[in-house]
Amino acid sequence: MSPKLGETPSQTVGPYYSMRLGGEGQNVIPVPAEGGQRITITGKVFDADRIHVEDALLEFWQANPVGRYNHPDDKRELDLDPRFSGFARAMSDFKTGTYRLETVKPGRVPDLEGAFQAPHISVVVQARGMLDPVFTRIYFSDEEEANHDDLILRRVPEARRGTLVADLEPGSDPATYRFDIRFQGEDETVFLDF
Amino acid sequence: MTEPLIRHYGPKAYSDHPPFRYPDYKSTVKRSPSHDLLSIVATLSETTGPGPIWSDISEEDADLTLNAGTGSPAIGERIIVTGHVLDENGNGVPGTILEIWQANACGRYAHWRETEFPAPLDPNFLGVGQCRTSETGEYRFTTIKPGPYPWGNHPNAWRPAHIHFSVLGPALLTRLVTQMYFEGDPLFPLDPIYNSAPEHSRDRMIARYDHEVTEENWALGYRFDIVLRGELSMLEELDES
Ligand SMILES: [Fe+3]
Repeated sequence: MSPKLGETPSQTVGPYYSMRLGGEGQNVIPVPAEGGQRITITGKVFDADRIHVEDALLEFWQANPVGRYNHPDDKRELDLDPRFSGFARAMSDFKTGTYRLETVKPGRVPDLEGAFQAPHISVVVQARGMLDPVFTRIYFSDEEEANHDDLILRRVPEARRGTLVADLEPGSDPATYRFDIRFQGEDETVFLDF
Repeated sequence: MTEPLIRHYGPKAYSDHPPFRYPDYKSTVKRSPSHDLLSIVATLSETTGPGPIWSDISEEDADLTLNAGTGSPAIGERIIVTGHVLDENGNGVPGTILEIWQANACGRYAHWRETEFPAPLDPNFLGVGQCRTSETGEYRFTTIKPGPYPWGNHPNAWRPAHIHFSVLGPALLTRLVTQMYFEGDPLFPLDPIYNSAPEHSRDRMIARYDHEVTEENWALGYRFDIVLRGELSMLEELDES
């Protein structure tokens, strides 16, 4: 076996990534042909002093509404609109810090034990002042039963589990969820290593 | 029903990457996690990713000296930057999009936030581009060698010349954003961002002058390979289990 090549080190996206990443319209995933519930997710990224990060880049990766990823490894016989990318990028607003993702609620995808994970969206967070990306997941507050059985949520200490759950704003239409990301402190978001 | 393919990747080599918190780069102190990361076994959500599909819907735009579309070439030292995107096992990563952004020859970014540095903009240079890797993982850009530029981290702070590279790769877990530097830059010992990468892996971010890439009467050539996480070999999988 030949020795492994070493990974290229990560570096910060810096203050000017929006020249290329996260421009107009990249924060919208249109409803695919198979339908699905239109949702909005919005929130802010907060630093250790709970000041909003004005220049965060969030990337989202999700399954379609019936729980299939648009990726060559997901060959399950489930409907999939080839135009559904499952990928979006949102930037925090420079003044208010608010990001906004418009998408459809993802379906459930398999876990590693033959059951299904709760609906979730994978998130990558980067910013000026971050040398490496951090990864987390958005779950949904109105999926209590599925969340209860989710193998990954179950691994999260109960006191911190809520940091991965987006809160549905009562009465919102389309359904709007609030999901903040926090660095450091008691209520720091759970970041994942995989 | 057909089962999804869950690929088995090796663990991320955290020791090859910068720490989250690196006080010499001041902004990292407040923008880094303090708890340990929660380790999970990668599921289909992590072993798939946007790379393959995103590549299909993106247009290529690999010549930054001309892509401002003004009809006039950008000013500066024209260079060719080429190399391979590889996985840790040395296999080329085909069909993945590289997105790049950079300062112009004077060190000035064409970005509204750059207001402090009194260096000229070049109306014929946007400083952004993208291209897709070939079947063997090879990519090639033509651009202008960026200038160094000042920043506010500490007194008289200057970034060594660099090009920002973003690669999605085949899976969510291969996501990488890095910076490519140029061989022999005198600013290396002074730059906390470059030095945030561990000593043993720093030089993987340096493009090397390559006379084979240089084109007569046209442009100097640099070679820069990017290595992403790769799948475990069968032997390693046995070891892990
Ligand atoms: Fe830069």
